[in-house]
Amino acid sequence: MHSTSALSFSQATSLPTTNYAFHSHSAVNLRFCGLRRQAFGFSFSTHSTSTRLRLSTRAHSYKISASDGNNGTPPKSFDYDLIIIGAGVGGHGAALHAVDKGLKTAIIEGDVVGGTCVNRGCVPSKALLAVSGRMRELQSEHHMKALGLQVSAAGYDRQAVADHANNLASKIRNNLTNSMKALGVDILTGFGTIVGPQKVKYGKVGSTDTLVTAKDIIIATGSVPFVPKGIEVDGKTVITSDHALKLEFVPDWVAIVGSGYIGLEFSDVYTALGSEVTFIEALDQLMPGFDPEIGKLAQRVLINPRKIDYHTGVFATKITPARDGKPVIIELTDAKTKEQKDTLEVDAALIATGRAPFTNGLGLENINVLTQRGFVPVDERMRVIDANGNQVPHLYCIGDANGKMMLAHAASAQGISVVEQVTGRDHVLNHLSIPAACFTHPEISMVGLTEPQAREKAEKEGFEVSVAKTSFKANTKALAENEGEGLAKLIYRPDNGEILGVHIFGLHAADLIHEASNAIALGTRIQDIKFAVHAHPTLSEVIDELFKSAKVKAPASTSTSTSTSSPVTEPVSA
Amino acid sequence: MASPFLSNCTISFSSSLKYSTLPRLFPSVSFSSIRFKSTPRRILTVRSKIREIFMPALSSTMTEGKIVSWVKSEGDLLSKGESVVVVESDKADMDVETFYDGILAAIVVGEGETAPVGAAIGILAETEDEIAEAKAKAASKSGASTRSAPPPAPAADSTPAPPKSTPAYAAPTVTEGPRKTVATPYAKKLAKQHKVDIESLVGTGPYGRITPEDIEAAAGILPSKTNVGPVVVAEVKPAAPTKATSDSSAPSSIPPPVPGSTVVPFTTMQAAVSKNMVESISVPTFRVGYPVTTDALDALYEKVKPKGVTMTALLAKAAAMALVQHPVVNSSCKDGKSFSYNSNINIAIAVAINGGLITPVLQDADKLDLYLLSQKWKELVEKARAKQLQPQEYNSGTFTLSNLGMFGVDRFDAILPPGQGAIMAVGASKPTVVADADGFFSVKNKMLVNVTADHRIIYGADLAAFLQTFSKIVENPESLTL
Repeated sequence: MHSTSALSFSQATSLPTTNYAFHSHSAVNLRFCGLRRQAFGFSFSTHSTSTRLRLSTRAHSYKISASDGNNGTPPKSFDYDLIIIGAGVGGHGAALHAVDKGLKTAIIEGDVVGGTCVNRGCVPSKALLAVSGRMRELQSEHHMKALGLQVSAAGYDRQAVADHANNLASKIRNNLTNSMKALGVDILTGFGTIVGPQKVKYGKVGSTDTLVTAKDIIIATGSVPFVPKGIEVDGKTVITSDHALKLEFVPDWVAIVGSGYIGLEFSDVYTALGSEVTFIEALDQLMPGFDPEIGKLAQRVLINPRKIDYHTGVFATKITPARDGKPVIIELTDAKTKEQKDTLEVDAALIATGRAPFTNGLGLENINVLTQRGFVPVDERMRVIDANGNQVPHLYCIGDANGKMMLAHAASAQGISVVEQVTGRDHVLNHLSIPAACFTHPEISMVGLTEPQAREKAEKEGFEVSVAKTSFKANTKALAENEGEGLAKLIYRPDNGEILGVHIFGLHAADLIHEASNAIALGTRIQDIKFAVHAHPTLSEVIDELFKSAKVKAPASTSTSTSTSSPVTEPVSA
Repeated sequence: MASPFLSNCTISFSSSLKYSTLPRLFPSVSFSSIRFKSTPRRILTVRSKIREIFMPALSSTMTEGKIVSWVKSEGDLLSKGESVVVVESDKADMDVETFYDGILAAIVVGEGETAPVGAAIGILAETEDEIAEAKAKAASKSGASTRSAPPPAPAADSTPAPPKSTPAYAAPTVTEGPRKTVATPYAKKLAKQHKVDIESLVGTGPYGRITPEDIEAAAGILPSKTNVGPVVVAEVKPAAPTKATSDSSAPSSIPPPVPGSTVVPFTTMQAAVSKNMVESISVPTFRVGYPVTTDALDALYEKVKPKGVTMTALLAKAAAMALVQHPVVNSSCKDGKSFSYNSNINIAIAVAINGGLITPVLQDADKLDLYLLSQKWKELVEKARAKQLQPQEYNSGTFTLSNLGMFGVDRFDAILPPGQGAIMAVGASKPTVVADADGFFSVKNKMLVNVTADHRIIYGADLAAFLQTFSKIVENPESLTL
């Protein structure tokens, strides 16, 4: 994910020929990270709206016929301005923004609105994690006693917990559906297939397909749990996150294959509900995606004191579900020597080895697009690239299906970026400004580069890197909550104050990261943001201190209104 | 053994941040309280001129440590206060420094390896002459294992350490043969903590696996989960009837469960009973028994029975009327410092319901007439069976009545429920030969009544007087129907 996202840095102005007629008047491409400042000095923002709308109805047919002669026959007029295939969080974000921009929009969904995130991912898992967080607190006699509380017996009703997760998913699903209906997005039911340029058919299995045309098409079909071969998923004792979120049973002992976000979150849920957990990780370290220092600390808090053990550097090469009076049997193979190393006997196995793109049956062969391990190849503007390395006009792919950054909010941001482009404003999403979070107790969050990545980049580009850290132990609010465990880490350039990455492990880390991600997105430098005021006492002061503890050589920009040098124009009450 | 000494301890990964986790789950021992003031700490001990460098205890919960890296190599000259080795504990990585000048003669535990707290991880020689001797010593330290000091053979631990957290099972376990030991993650952790040899145990869990309970049994410690069995008396606090995760490790006299026994967690009601019973231990109680003649009461009962009056209602009414005259028996002691006199007389009556026990309360039993009281009681029992009692209907009692007479029990002893002053245990009424003052024998129905009371507020004479009054009321029961 990091290597792909780094692309967006360098190519902002070196675009090959664009397909948009109206683009030619704006040679300057706006970069997302400089968005706010540059927009003011730039004339197009005021009159582009009218231009864009006019062009979006007429200019295309003319332009397209000129550019697409050899790739099927594009229609002369369109049923929709924009069709989105897949109504997950990415498609939803794109649809809402498209309507906002005045586009006639349809969304095709073959399953349920909301996609993975709402139905089988982030949303129901947050319900389970809300339960596990409370269970953990209530079970921690020491923690309770420190607060002066007495709790005699904390127990749970599995079905009621499962219902909570399910009810939350349906509520969010309804909200999503209603928000699109209310705005006039057509929800077309069925599996969407691309039959040619700007043409999509959709229909349910067994019924006749309907053909629709659109000026632009966004593929947002998402992903499904990835199950390595050799593993037999029966949905009962060998399960993926899809099944685990239904919480149909709480095994006494569950092996979790993969120690990324999904595996970690489920270990939090299962151990809080009384299970014991064994992690199986192919790499040498648990939590391989995280900043090493954060990962190490997280392991001390989230793994070692809990009823969890782990096997690293091994593949689960064969997993057989429990049957014929035998438990789930897992064969472990050394990741390096490929020798069989061990077998495990457990009550259940959760496969959390990542997610595979869901792009089969999309009809990509009709437009000469070859997927790479299932992922749809795109450029940094989410434009689909065909087998010959050329852009496919009017076709975009966002979210898990392109594999750039497999996060719901990244998909949505990519969708919005695409809508910006098709409505006449060039836009490149800075993936390094997209935060990520893992909702364990306490939470882990991050944005930008890890320390090793930053050091590598610094070496290549010849700049200096510094690291600042603050502890939750020094934060009043965290101590009041008796949750002083945690660390925030800032990786930055001491010469110009640029924020390269922020990593937080601690209470409400997932909510705290946005101050840093917004700063990266808007290009705010440390020397400026350190003057911003935080309410006291709040957890956000952990980040405030982090910025303040950074040693930046560059002076604060004088325009910062909160800086001490600027005159106070508003009346101030004493 | 030589004397331990102290050295500075810094936290290795950051100079600006005094970061470490305080032991949250475990009470800190004196050691940990000085841990992060960068104050001295023990690591080495002295034995003549060759000293062993021991694995330090860097936290109160640390049982073993992993060598992250040796800052010094074999043959390096060490001076007091220098960092020698970085050790990873369960909480943090820390630099361990030497307090002696000397030469690092041999490294016993290599980088990436683990050793229990107190085990020798390196050998320090005072002069070059002693290096050979020190090396020999190091070799003997790691003698049992195949590894000698310098070669970086990633063999087994050089010390008889308990199994690692990710135990590498003997390689050829795949083939058929003797079944390998399977232990759950928590069982392994507990085994390490309590130094229990997993291989020596027979698992009682599913598929013969070793469970945390097996380890606890082997280590003779109190299980963290609730044990089935009689009312919890030995425990100070009842454990939660859930799959709770508390790291209690207090020693206990509770024997390990018999193999094949099943553990059934308490229901909410049973948990509440357990809690109340355990709490009752903190109240100093005493008991006074009294025989009561019930011929007149029995006669009255026969008369009023057709009107729906039950024996329970009669006894409740009699107790309530006696309590009117002895308010202290209806009082309670809330804070250990004062009497709380209750303005109402609410008689709680213990009722066994399926799998539990509840005490519906007849409020103002002294004021209601017998018939109303009987009707009320009938309603309460129905509600109790349907589990529809409101809290006010089972927790407002000021005095409790428990009757096992219907089973033929002649006398028994009741436990005083928290928040009340006294409880009356009523046995069966039986025909008994009695001799009166004139020496005439006769047969009368006698019932033994035994009252348990809180001696902080109710004394022997109080209870005796109350029982005498109760006895008179029962023996002359006409007043009950008034």
